[in-house]
Amino acid sequence: MKDTEKLVEARDLTVRFVTRDATIQAVNGVSFDLAPRETLCILGESGSGKSVTLRALMRLNPLKRTVVEGRLRVGGHDLIAAKERTLSDIRGSVVSMIFQEPMTALDPVFTIGRQIRETILRHEAVSRAEANRRALELLELVQIPSARRRLDAYPHEMSGGLRQRAMIAIALSCRPKLLLADEPTTALDATVQIQILLLIKRLQSELGMGVIFVTHDLGVAGEVADRVAVMYAGRFVEEGPVGAMMRAPLHPYTRGLLGATVHDQPRGQRLTTIMGAPPDLGRLPPGCAFAPRCPSVRAGCLVDVPALRGEEPTHQARCILVPGVPELERAA
Amino acid sequence: MMLYVVRRILYAVPIALSVGLVCFLLVHIAPGDPINAIVPPDAPQAVVEQVKHAYGLDRPLPVQFAIWLGHVLQGDLGRSLATGRPVWEDLRGAVANTLRLAVVASLLGFLAGVVLGGLSGVFRGRWIDRAATTIAVAGVSVPHYWLGMVLVITFSVTFNVLPAMGAGPDDVAGWSWDWAHIQHLVLPAVTLAVIPAGIITRAIRGVVSEILSQDFIGTLRGKGLRGRTIAYHVVINAAPQVLAVMGLQLGYLMGGSILVETVFSWPGTGFLLNSAIFQRDIPVLQGTILVLAIFFVLVNLAVDLMQTLLDPRISRA
Repeated sequence: MKDTEKLVEARDLTVRFVTRDATIQAVNGVSFDLAPRETLCILGESGSGKSVTLRALMRLNPLKRTVVEGRLRVGGHDLIAAKERTLSDIRGSVVSMIFQEPMTALDPVFTIGRQIRETILRHEAVSRAEANRRALELLELVQIPSARRRLDAYPHEMSGGLRQRAMIAIALSCRPKLLLADEPTTALDATVQIQILLLIKRLQSELGMGVIFVTHDLGVAGEVADRVAVMYAGRFVEEGPVGAMMRAPLHPYTRGLLGATVHDQPRGQRLTTIMGAPPDLGRLPPGCAFAPRCPSVRAGCLVDVPALRGEEPTHQARCILVPGVPELERAA
Repeated sequence: MMLYVVRRILYAVPIALSVGLVCFLLVHIAPGDPINAIVPPDAPQAVVEQVKHAYGLDRPLPVQFAIWLGHVLQGDLGRSLATGRPVWEDLRGAVANTLRLAVVASLLGFLAGVVLGGLSGVFRGRWIDRAATTIAVAGVSVPHYWLGMVLVITFSVTFNVLPAMGAGPDDVAGWSWDWAHIQHLVLPAVTLAVIPAGIITRAIRGVVSEILSQDFIGTLRGKGLRGRTIAYHVVINAAPQVLAVMGLQLGYLMGGSILVETVFSWPGTGFLLNSAIFQRDIPVLQGTILVLAIFFVLVNLAVDLMQTLLDPRISRA
């Protein structure tokens, strides 16, 4: 894969929140590439840093007290060096995001049509009428019934599923190359969840976007992802193609996650869980962050953060028990 | 929408009526007999009865209320017991004076409150927020009649740059917007503006920082919108709550300026109320309170309607 073909190139991306009392290491050196039209799913539990990573991809973390370092290129733009002004040009046009809560992520006192229109007018030199026509088109694209009427609707007048569709319409209003989705189905009913997933999948192939999807739901990951990255304590602990990951997980944490899901067990049998809780991101241990909870921990785990390793170059994990040579840090 | 407006206006009618009843009763419940203010203390009983009858004060209360209400509805607020002149004639000038003072003070207070509150909401926790909050707390805490006297001592007595009393040059009746009149307005208006400025600063600070912490601000930034457009969203979101606070403050300024109007001898409703209370001048008291209360009801009605226009969640029925 040539550099020019990469839609996203992240190397050693770190995000720290600096407050007077403590420094929180939310993201600790995340590296990955995303090709155009590819879907990466970042999987992890609450507080693993997955949402922070996603927000860092459009530098949407709070301006104050957030330190973002490393290398990050999205659609050919260097997002680390970019000034806020340039970033705001990129946001919504090159990269855009769908948020978790469609109830609170839309401005309650502006109509849906207006919220789409203002995005278009911000990035493109088109007339108000043209922006309005495009807004209608977008609502039809995300399959909102009686779209013309919904242009003048306020968010509170629509159901959760419709609001999330409207959110998607806003995100797509300037045909972004990269769509970021932050648990877009978590707040929705189960039946609506699958509709939204299918919609995002269809739109991705129609519009040819790259998609990065953050979720804690393995089922969602299996449904939409080409590749999956499992995140723990601010690091990718395992990364690989979705099939291989589900069939033969390498990292004990991934195995734990897969073991903790409900599938075909006899009734009444207790679900397996991962003991303990995620580590305090203010005080990470020197070695593998999962070691305190790991069933197969040994002395070597506590020394250093394990490098990514695996027999396949496309499927690797940060665990010293994984067979195969540790891959040297990929050339930056 | 029209239906909602009509409904709101209809709701205001019984409120105004109850307000009228309450202020009618309050005056009668309060101790002190107005007759004592008119007739000398040593007048014979027959004279007292005669005067009572002349003013209708010997009738049962409900009848007095019905008669009074009937007159009020025809625009007749009765005659002052103290001066014998129609209440409305004295009241009209006083209301106009108070309205001028209240509106100017509100504008000053709202302007200061919006600027200080907006700044401290946006820069929450920084020095600018702490400074604005200190000013706001001081504004709310300082007794305004005391502040009025301090201002008079400073600007009228010591520096002699602004007049201390009255609503204009003594030899000119009425009001006009020239410096001769406006200079009389400066000190009382500033004095009155301090409390609403503080309250509105606090209110806006809370509303703005609450809105800025909401998810949709992230969405707006994520769409690439810049500061000015985001600020517009914040203003529209904050407006209904801020308007409610401003409406209340304007209402308070209309009725609550008795102390300040007395300190500055401003011939407004507060001044009128003050003297009416001391003279037990019931018709003047009733008329003034009624007009102030109705004004309060109207301000609230206006705020309600504006809120409905701005926030679609309140009602679009």
